[in-house]
Amino acid sequence: MIAAAGLRKSYGPTVVLEDVSLALGPGQCLALLGPNGAGKTTLLRILATLIRPTAGFLLVGGVDATRHPEAARNVIGMVGHGSYVYEDLTALENLRFWTTLGGHDASAPRLQAALRQVELDGVADERARTFSAGMKRRLALARVVLGRPRLLLLDEPFTGLDRQGRKWLSEFLLEFKAGGGAVVLATHSLGAGLAVADRVAVLASGRMAVDQSCADLSWEDLRQLYDNLTEGNGPAQ
Amino acid sequence: MTAYARRTWIVLWKDLLTERRSKENLNALVLFALLFLFLFQFALGADRERLQAALPGLMWLGFILAGLLGLGRSFLAERDNDCWEGLLQSPGDKSAIYLGKLLANLATMAVVEAVMVTLFGFFYNVSLWATLGPLTVVIALGTLGLAAMGTLFAAMTAQVRARELLFPVLLLPAQVPVLLATVSATESVLLGEPLSAAAPWLKLLAGADVVYLVIGLLTFEFVIEN
Amino acid sequence: MSRTPRVLGWLALAGLATGLGAAFAYAPVEVAQGNVQRIMYLHLPSIGTAYVAFALVFLGSLAYLVTRRLGWDRLAAAAAELGVLFTGLTIVSGSVWGRPTWGTWWTWDARLTSTAVMLLVYVGYLLLRGMVEETDRRARFAGVVGIVAAANIPIVHFSVTWWRTLHQPPTILTPGPSPIDRSLWLVVAVNFVAFLLLFAYFLTRRMEIARLEEEVTG
Repeated sequence: MIAAAGLRKSYGPTVVLEDVSLALGPGQCLALLGPNGAGKTTLLRILATLIRPTAGFLLVGGVDATRHPEAARNVIGMVGHGSYVYEDLTALENLRFWTTLGGHDASAPRLQAALRQVELDGVADERARTFSAGMKRRLALARVVLGRPRLLLLDEPFTGLDRQGRKWLSEFLLEFKAGGGAVVLATHSLGAGLAVADRVAVLASGRMAVDQSCADLSWEDLRQLYDNLTEGNGPAQ
Repeated sequence: MTAYARRTWIVLWKDLLTERRSKENLNALVLFALLFLFLFQFALGADRERLQAALPGLMWLGFILAGLLGLGRSFLAERDNDCWEGLLQSPGDKSAIYLGKLLANLATMAVVEAVMVTLFGFFYNVSLWATLGPLTVVIALGTLGLAAMGTLFAAMTAQVRARELLFPVLLLPAQVPVLLATVSATESVLLGEPLSAAAPWLKLLAGADVVYLVIGLLTFEFVIEN
Repeated sequence: MSRTPRVLGWLALAGLATGLGAAFAYAPVEVAQGNVQRIMYLHLPSIGTAYVAFALVFLGSLAYLVTRRLGWDRLAAAAAELGVLFTGLTIVSGSVWGRPTWGTWWTWDARLTSTAVMLLVYVGYLLLRGMVEETDRRARFAGVVGIVAAANIPIVHFSVTWWRTLHQPPTILTPGPSPIDRSLWLVVAVNFVAFLLLFAYFLTRRMEIARLEEEVTG
């Protein structure tokens, strides 16, 4: 699903990502962990083809994403920090807009079904202005799902969700994986992330410090590693 | 409907819907038209003949000022609602977004211009009814030129600081030929001459419109990239 | 690398000296206008160089959008700066010529007006460049505006010319600068070449500075 090698992103003299490589197959979920400023968001945006890497190789869904970002975007769905929600439109209208713009079927039943899936069908005709942050996140997820992506990229998806919301999201992601989709999620929430992940990667100061299967890592090991990194003791080799 | 037309339509639909819901833009622009007329009256004095002679120029100045206010805000909703990247991520030809926005802008401008023309007729006691047909043609051609570049530059300046300054600085020089052509054509039309009398100006306008539209369609994707 | 500009610089200097000599020593005094007419040897090459500069802006803008190589953007930026400079020179020299000749600093005749509008367009271009900090975005926006600016030059030219001819205002109809006698075109040509050399010198230097700036600040 994803094959990335030697990704590098610099803005002039500032290097944000250095020599990042990762691989992910369908039905797998990668939890991307790391302290603030480590470059998680930048990496996600590169994977989403929103920004070009300064150097490196990226294959998404079998497409060379650096050369044909348009083709790659067809299979990617991203929910980042921007919610892409127009406040003056209702939930349903928002979905109708984004789905049609994406060239997908925007028939009412399909949109309603998506709202049901994210448990927003009750507020389908309410203006998005009245939504909480968590509801906006869920709406964004519904929007993304309607695009039938094969790769989901989520930046801090558990933020703003209460416990029930987190449970719901975890189940949602597990279902998505079961359907053959791949997920990369960047998160601070160690517990929530590990509940759905098959692999774990830790990004620190722009470099990939750890990239292992969850099965190989015990909870304590990971906790220790993470604490080390977030306290600024440098990346473990 | 082709996929391209569908995407253009949905952008138009969304903008018109948002406009209808929030109402602030349109109301303010209409009020602006009214204020503008009063300012003209005060600035040019009571000499009725002088006002009548200056009418075409004043009218187009009014349209351009309204355009500066209204067009500059074309992409504000995208910026405020953090939807910019959503547009960027959507697959397919980005020029459909430009076209949709352009059509929405034209619709807004049409309403403002209709109000302004009516007010002009009312306040300055000018009978515009007889020349309404040819006048509409001239206004349509001129507004297309204004909105074509305005929509493109609005997308650009939405991403820049000091956008309220940069937008007019970019748009106005580009509008000089449009202004010259429309004022001359409007003068001729208001004198009761047939459209054919203003033919060279109309041809220039149409030509400029085509050039601006093509440039807008071709370069829009470069403007909204990240 | 830095030899080309230096060579150009010396050539430009030589050219300018020749041009100056031709303008003052070789060319005769004009009958009607007197010595002030010699400004034409500055005015005409100036606008010619400006047009060359703006053509390069268009080329650079188009080439950048197609290839995404920043070198093209640097070309467009440097050419725009110089174009604005030479256009300003054109207008000032025209104004200085106009005062004793027509009795006025400024007139809304077709050529002067469209030249002034062209100046405003490219000043806007430079203003845009100054307001966008990120290199890639600046180059993209400038590229688009560069294309619009170039497309506008003929449109402005036509509209302003028609505006003056089809639309006689009730003010004094002042004509454009009077044509130059054919034998004097040689002097204009010599100066034009000198200006082009100077332009090329400044252009290459400016592009080099821009490249170094980018390397340092990123």
